[in-house]
Amino acid sequence: MQYMMLICETEDDFKARTNEKKEMFWAAWRAYHEAMVGAGVYITGSALQAPSTGTTVRLKGGKRLVQDGPFADTKEQLGGFIILELPSLDAALDWAARCPAAATGAVEVRPVLAM
Amino acid sequence: MEEVHRAVEAAARESYGRLIAYLAARSRDVAGAEDALSAALLAALETWSRDGVPQKPEAWLLTTARRRLIDRARHERTRAESVLTLQLITDEAYEATTADKFPDERLKLLFVCAHPAIDPGVHTPLMLQCVFGLDAARIARAFLISPTTMGQRLVRAKTKIRDAGIAFEVPRDHELPQRLAAVLEAIYAAYGSGWEDSAGVDSRRGDLTEEAIWLARMLAQKLPAEPEAGGLLALMLYCEARRPARRARDGRYVPLSEQDVGCWSRPMIEEAEQTLVAAAKLARPGRFQTEAAIQSVHAERAHSGRTDWLAITSLYEGLVQLAPSLGARIGRAAAVAEAYGPEQGLALLNEIETTAVAAYQTYWAVLAHLLRKLRREPEATQAYNRAIGLSEDSAVRQFLLKQRG
Repeated sequence: MQYMMLICETEDDFKARTNEKKEMFWAAWRAYHEAMVGAGVYITGSALQAPSTGTTVRLKGGKRLVQDGPFADTKEQLGGFIILELPSLDAALDWAARCPAAATGAVEVRPVLAM
Repeated sequence: MEEVHRAVEAAARESYGRLIAYLAARSRDVAGAEDALSAALLAALETWSRDGVPQKPEAWLLTTARRRLIDRARHERTRAESVLTLQLITDEAYEATTADKFPDERLKLLFVCAHPAIDPGVHTPLMLQCVFGLDAARIARAFLISPTTMGQRLVRAKTKIRDAGIAFEVPRDHELPQRLAAVLEAIYAAYGSGWEDSAGVDSRRGDLTEEAIWLARMLAQKLPAEPEAGGLLALMLYCEARRPARRARDGRYVPLSEQDVGCWSRPMIEEAEQTLVAAAKLARPGRFQTEAAIQSVHAERAHSGRTDWLAITSLYEGLVQLAPSLGARIGRAAAVAEAYGPEQGLALLNEIETTAVAAYQTYWAVLAHLLRKLRREPEATQAYNRAIGLSEDSAVRQFLLKQRG
């Protein structure tokens, strides 16, 4: 089964991408990526640019409503996603717990809807 | 009011498991016993505020809960048989409430929770809920699953206990070793330190350690002729004794070899030693006694200042014979590397099939350590990366990142 991990990061996490903590930050993520690939469970994934770069679009009565910023103003924001091929939810939760963002932000695990 | 709240809380904390075990042992209905006790605790809040805290709060709760059980059974009528059983116990319970203590049936409850007819995955959660009254949400958090799922699994297990008529009894001699193994396994899972102190600590169940030690202590006291019960208790005490030394003041992870032995708990180590010696006198070695003996050698460092890796190696040989788990095989490789050099340790690691360790953090941490000692870069860096990526504990992740360099 495929599971998507929605990686929700804090403001500090986003800052750590470029500030003095950046080396440790990226080293942890690279190692995490390597572990998933090494275990043969990684399908795909991407990191996203900062929430401030987001633009939200809604159609209201046929009119475009374009809004600057992410769709919801929350403490943690979507920072990336990963799709894994795993036998069970329990295995997906194990991988989510190992995600560097799990200790600071949150990782939501969702089964991918098979079409 | 505050005082009554505290009295109810204290009674619940001290007596929850004993009350549930007593009620369930007679009705075979764990869920029913829990409902009845919850109702009794609620009633206590009201009645005790009005009439004062009774002299024997435990007895009061038992009488009230029992009455609830009988009322409900009468009401349902469908289970006429159980009304009869419950009425039969009325007199006995009355005697129990007037006596100082009622019989402690928690041991039977533990064996029911870890019965082979119950899904093994739910053994530990069931014990934690029935004996400690921990709620499904907290147990779910510790086991990293959703509270709803955990709640459903627990309900299903309790229904099975009632409807399948699982007997509330301590298994007979010939069954005891196998059934006891499941109970010990479940307690150890609550403690949750698979192969601690190499580089990986499984912190997810860390908050259940006290409960696990408490259960093992009770089991060891009640089954003095079963050495593995004492072995498990000793093992957990040794590990627990080192807990304060596992983190530096600033939260950094400190590996066993660098721990300040002055931070180890002497009283816990002493209790562990006595427990292990008593178990060993029965001359029936087992997995938990062997693991405890390994930790005992580590604890010796507090006196001698050194670690006897030869002794640890031979204990691991024994452990691999008794229980060839991945953790034991990796532990043996690490010990052999210390005693005879990294080459020998590496040879043992190479015997392990790689598919089995694809997501096993400890393997990669030990492999990285040995490759580094053998100056085999970049293989060492690769192994460090796998270990870092598989770490759940961010302190361990930071430690390994530093090691990797």
